[in-house]
Amino acid sequence: MADILCVIEQRGGAVRKGANELLTAARQLADQLGGRVDALVCGVGSVNGIDALGAAGADRVLTASHDAFAQYAPEAIVATVQSVAGQYAAVLLAATATGKDLAPRLAAAIDAPCGMDVTAVTAVNGAVRVVRPVYAGKAIQTLEFSGTAVVAVRPGAYPAAASGKAGAVESVAVPAFTPRLTVTGIAAPEKATLDVAEARVVVAGGRGLGEPQHFGLLEALAAAFGGEAAVGASRAVVDAGWIEHGAQVGQTGKTVAPELYIAVGVSGAIQHLAGMRTARTIVAINRDKDAPIFKVADYGIVGDLFEVVPALTAAVKAAKGQ
Amino acid sequence: MKIAICLRRVPDTTAKIAIASNGTSIDETGVKFVPNPYDEYALEAGIALRDAAGAGETVVIAFGGDAVQETMRTALAMGVDRGVHLQGTPSADGLANARVLADHLRDGGYDLILFGKVAVDDYGQQTGAMVAELLGRPCATAITALVVEGGTAKVTREVEGGVESAHCALPAVFTCDKGLNTPRLPGLKGIMAAKKKPLDIVPTTAGDSRVTIVSLALPPERQAGRIVGEGAAAVPALMAALTTEAKVL
Ligand SMILES: Cc1cc2nc3c(=O)[nH]c(=O)nc-3n(C[C@H](O)[C@H](O)[C@H](O)COP(=O)(O)OP(=O)(O)OC[C@H]3O[C@@H](n4cnc5c(N)ncnc54)[C@H](O)[C@@H]3O)c2cc1C
Repeated sequence: MADILCVIEQRGGAVRKGANELLTAARQLADQLGGRVDALVCGVGSVNGIDALGAAGADRVLTASHDAFAQYAPEAIVATVQSVAGQYAAVLLAATATGKDLAPRLAAAIDAPCGMDVTAVTAVNGAVRVVRPVYAGKAIQTLEFSGTAVVAVRPGAYPAAASGKAGAVESVAVPAFTPRLTVTGIAAPEKATLDVAEARVVVAGGRGLGEPQHFGLLEALAAAFGGEAAVGASRAVVDAGWIEHGAQVGQTGKTVAPELYIAVGVSGAIQHLAGMRTARTIVAINRDKDAPIFKVADYGIVGDLFEVVPALTAAVKAAKGQ
Repeated sequence: MKIAICLRRVPDTTAKIAIASNGTSIDETGVKFVPNPYDEYALEAGIALRDAAGAGETVVIAFGGDAVQETMRTALAMGVDRGVHLQGTPSADGLANARVLADHLRDGGYDLILFGKVAVDDYGQQTGAMVAELLGRPCATAITALVVEGGTAKVTREVEGGVESAHCALPAVFTCDKGLNTPRLPGLKGIMAAKKKPLDIVPTTAGDSRVTIVSLALPPERQAGRIVGEGAAAVPALMAALTTEAKVL
């Protein structure tokens, strides 16, 4: 039992972003255990992107095809994983909304312990160990599991890597299952914006913006990054109805780990930090030099956001050659 | 409609965390405990559904030591009808805890079993979905809308890049996210009434744990950053830092 199974997320017939990061985690773990990495993709027919999973770290790609996989079908995925899970040391999933939904169901179905939202997974004397933030990121817990473990790995915790190999593709059967929840579809938000949890750059606004329409300043800054930036927000402005819930970063919002997080007019309350302190680089723009956000920021500008943000937008545009 | 709401007692979110001398848990000295914030969305949803139906019962259920009874009184003060304290010591193994809850809930005749999506202490994020699986019930996690009509429930949940809609037959299990509702505050009348509401105590034991807490530690401090300057004049210095030092541009 040294092999690792990765449950790869797909939506609408294409592998989701994040599969490669998950395979990096799995590859490292399998190498420590001296085992193999299998990537399981549940889809309808062939799924776009499976060709790249070998290069990303999978030794084998297992494909399970069923009409039920046109939407998220938890019972069908659980049944499929359950049919193969016995041979693995660990089952890895991405800790996305879907992965977090699926991991505990799977753990209960295969009678395995479960570690959620982990930032590192390793093997110590053959046992799977995980590291995970707890208490809203105010403490770090290390857990060790005995037997097969189900582990959901936080997006952004591992880099995506390419090994250059191609994985062999095999199909697995979808066993009989009882659908209990019927997913009818996913409505995209009115504005087709990038999700804060998936963006390379997050530009987050807080109460310092003063009025909801001033989010336009942040949208302009995000746009300057050319499609790789999303607009996030503190809870204060979400609760005030200035921006939709999905944009909220923090303890009661999303956890994000972008390469660059720009906090604009955000004070840096402990609950906000809980969602963004693992960003690679943090920039704070705040007119209060004592704002707590400066304690976690790599770079800070003390000043009025209404002057600083447009200047920064112009500078980013210039740097990107726009 | 009979609705169970499972409740956790957690440190107040603003509490400063210190590690206890055992190195695997927090030092609880001086820490204020509150109902898990996400469980409050579950409590509100349960109470509102019961009230809208004009009949039925809400039951708050908590697994833990005796201190949890104080937290359960907050739920009773919000309007929940009665409580069941599953008295015992929760395990580091979430599945062992889910079994304790599932074993109690199995024959309770509940149409709905509600949880918060996550407890803000150990961030386990697994109990609700595990209980559903153990009971063989439909389940949706982190829901932001819930409509119950007849024997079915319609829910939405936020996923990356959109809002997922789903429906299922009751009985069902849901875990609740922010956005579902605005939890009510217990009023004075509720607090008085809560004292007289029934709170049954059922001794329980969690099964063997396959999870060991190896350590609990404070996170590494982020390296102190620097203020690159003041006002718009500081933008070139920031751009230089982002390009050459941080290499994120
Ligand atoms: C249970 C619980 C959960 C919570 N969860 C979250 C969560 O998930 N996410 C979250 O963010 N919060 C959360 N909070 C709320 C959190 O405690 C803070 O209230 C919130 O983060 C503050 O938002 P803010 O920084 O936008 O506002 P404020 O604290 O009001 O800060 C505004 C900042 O803008 C600056 N500013 C004002 N004008 C300007 C200007 N012209 N130029 C530059 N700077 C300016 C000010 O100096 C100030 O620092 C939670 C709270 C609780 C109790």
